[in-house]
Amino acid sequence: MSEQTPKFKVTIDNITVEVAPGTTILNAARMIGGDVTPPAMCYYSKLEGSGGKCRTCLVEVSKGSEKDPRPMPKLVASCRTTVMDGMEVKNITSDKVLDARKGVVEMLLVNHPLDCPVCDQAGECHLQDLSYEHGASTTRYEFDRRTFEKEDLGDYISLHMTRCILCYRCVYTAEQLTQKREHGVLDRGDHAAISTLLGKSLDNEFIGNVIDVCPVGALTDKTFRFKNRVWFTKPVDAHCDCKTCGGKARLWMRGDEVYRVTARKDQWGEVEEWICNDCRFHKKSAKDWVIEGPSKISRHSVISQGHYVGVKKQPVYIDKVIGKDPKMLLDIHTVSDVNRPEVELSKIAGPAHSDDFKNTGK
Amino acid sequence: MKLLLEHAHVEGIRYYDTYRKHGGYRSVEKAFKMTPDEIVEEVKKSGLRGRGGAGFPTGMKWSFLAKPEGVPRHLVCNADESEPGTFKDRYLMEFLPHLLIEGLIVSSFALGSHATYIYIRGEYAWIVDILEQAIAEAKNNGWLGKNILNSGFDCEIYVQRGGGAYICGEETALIESLEGKRGNPRIKPPFPAIQGVWMRPTVVNNVETLAAIVPIINNGGEEYAKIGVGRSTGTKLLSVCGNVKKPGIYEIDMTQSVEEFIFSDEYCGGIANGKRLKACIPGGSSVPILPANLLLKTAKGETRYMNYESLSDGGFATGSMMGSGGFIVMDEEQCVVRHTMTLARFYNHESCGQCSPCREGTGWMYKILKNIEYGKGKLSDIDLLWDIQRKIEGNTICPLGDAAAWPVAAAIRHFRDEFEWHVNNPDEAQNRNFGLAHYADPIHIPAGA
Ligand SMILES: Cc1cc2nc3c(=O)[nH]c(=O)nc-3n(C[C@H](O)[C@H](O)[C@H](O)COP(=O)(O)O)c2cc1C
Ligand code: SF4
Ligand code: SF4
Ligand code: FES
Repeated sequence: MSEQTPKFKVTIDNITVEVAPGTTILNAARMIGGDVTPPAMCYYSKLEGSGGKCRTCLVEVSKGSEKDPRPMPKLVASCRTTVMDGMEVKNITSDKVLDARKGVVEMLLVNHPLDCPVCDQAGECHLQDLSYEHGASTTRYEFDRRTFEKEDLGDYISLHMTRCILCYRCVYTAEQLTQKREHGVLDRGDHAAISTLLGKSLDNEFIGNVIDVCPVGALTDKTFRFKNRVWFTKPVDAHCDCKTCGGKARLWMRGDEVYRVTARKDQWGEVEEWICNDCRFHKKSAKDWVIEGPSKISRHSVISQGHYVGVKKQPVYIDKVIGKDPKMLLDIHTVSDVNRPEVELSKIAGPAHSDDFKNTGK
Repeated sequence: MKLLLEHAHVEGIRYYDTYRKHGGYRSVEKAFKMTPDEIVEEVKKSGLRGRGGAGFPTGMKWSFLAKPEGVPRHLVCNADESEPGTFKDRYLMEFLPHLLIEGLIVSSFALGSHATYIYIRGEYAWIVDILEQAIAEAKNNGWLGKNILNSGFDCEIYVQRGGGAYICGEETALIESLEGKRGNPRIKPPFPAIQGVWMRPTVVNNVETLAAIVPIINNGGEEYAKIGVGRSTGTKLLSVCGNVKKPGIYEIDMTQSVEEFIFSDEYCGGIANGKRLKACIPGGSSVPILPANLLLKTAKGETRYMNYESLSDGGFATGSMMGSGGFIVMDEEQCVVRHTMTLARFYNHESCGQCSPCREGTGWMYKILKNIEYGKGKLSDIDLLWDIQRKIEGNTICPLGDAAAWPVAAAIRHFRDEFEWHVNNPDEAQNRNFGLAHYADPIHIPAGA
């Protein structure tokens, strides 16, 4: 972007950024980063037409623009709403947004099987993250969930329609990466299903990317199926001189063994460069690759298990967002007898008793 | 006051010769002596509001149409009419196909549409034949095709059948479907006026809206605006169904009170079988249901009239909407819970499934309502229903989400006692209906009537 282009000022949760006209609220918020960024389950910056569907990224526009300061009457999908100069947006500072988002998460889980213990996506699932951060801890849904038979989309991809959140990312991927309309949505409403036309298999050099764009475990890699949990494997960035794709990939290894190959993903979980099926499904030996080094994984991810490498810490804006320093509501140690940091629990023989804590120097 | 249905009962009015003899296609002759902008101006003056449900001023909608150089524009007639309770467009197209064609020609000329489409719901298969025959007749008589009436204006009308999905009545889903794609509503903006069919500027109007263009051009916009009251100008078609003596299609000038409309012999003729009025959905299944007392009088105690403003007086708390004119009347024998469940099933079945609140919420509401209706409900279910509809409303891509939420919200708002009775008396609720409630029919019925 050149310095000359006019910039729009947009304020999100009291933090102001300048962005190029045409930028969406979501992308402006991503420039700020941290908690101010709404979660996005369907939008994918590399896929044209994506977004607007899952409704997790809803935000409140409290001021339309400098010229027309009227607030927008409804919450809007930040991934599909472009900023105006002087726009003011509320994300985590809006109770309406938080309430609606909680509703959306609940809806997304209504028909989800919650079979994380047997799901290959567990550990890198955006729905897990989303429910953890924005959802409720219990469900109010008491009915049978919709079920589908497991389906194979060709030799390498397995479809668990039960887990699908109908984000349409794979549909756009199949359409835009492969120039074929052979993969899409059948039926409608809560009985809608992702499928290939007439059960055809997907054989196309780039179709494997639908696995990477899928935010949940609906589309998984059959060559990695049940082989390991992602957090037991170690991600490294590697490249090869592939003629079909750029050959820039991420290997998921244990020792010298390559368990899985995926595309590299950025901090928003989006693929940086698409990779071809050959790299993804066939180059399963370390000899096929030039290893560059450990991948950068978000420190919040279970995959990094406490040993994150070269990761930039996400900025913390809580003081700016709420306009003052956060105050800890209560320091548990001032009132609790048992929860005392100076007492080393492992030193206590047998089950801890409150006396064990009382006796140590207060 | 009849404008649209003036000649509806003339023998053979479906055919060109009879229609022409009764003054048909005069508006086309008149329109071609005007400029397109003058026609749009007349429509603005008429105050005509869209008859498809939202009631957006038609003249204004037309003036928003983008006119980039060298890009074709399209007029699309929305004949998908799938809202439960609404069947006025069917009547118009079945008995007065030439009225619609005439309106379409004038409107196409005003908007510069050389290829105009009628998107009709798939179930109206026999009407497709009627329309195509009428189009052929019009074409044979020089009202369609190249250089109509030597005006230099070319226009063709094509009829496209839908596959039977309610959502394809939503204008952007309709456009997708017309293009041969899956009928998913588009995310707006861009609006159809800028990028519609094949990304070209497009106007989508309801059948009745486009038919109303004929009297507007014939008599002038100002004359049309004199009919009706306030911002509810002209005449409106209502399709009445339910427990009235005379269900059917009525054309009204919107000056009648709701009471007159339901009880006078000129219109619905009162409640059938000597029963009493319990509730009514005045504008098609999507609009809020009203109990008898709030239907006949507003919350302020004023008489409620059959027009846009009066029906929505009181907002959603105590009012409803004119909607698409599907007037559903329920007598004391009707069960609001069962009725709400039926509507929830409809919206569950018709949600396109793009956005999560509508896709999952509609199914959830239906399942809860089914439980309540079949004696397995809990009191907390009523609050849960309320919360689910609240989470859907306003948070979806298209208004179908709202349309699914409103009937549930209104039913709970006005008939909560009936829901609670169902939950508390599951066995009794299987055998009898709740009947009237504290909001009993305010009309005095003499004994023995
Ligand atoms: C779910 C849904 C279904 C609709 N169905 C119809 C319909 O069957 N016929 C119709 O004319 N408008 C329908 N509409 C309204 C259209 O989107 C659009 O507003 C209308 O065709 C505009 O025409 P008008 O301005 O003449 O009313 C529907 C809207 C929604 C959200
Ligand atoms: S399969 Fe995955 S990517 Fe495709 S729509 Fe479902 S959740 Fe989205
Ligand atoms: S509100 Fe319902 S019908 Fe409309 S786009 Fe969303 S899922 Fe589809
Ligand atoms: S990310 Fe914006 S609606 Fe899904």
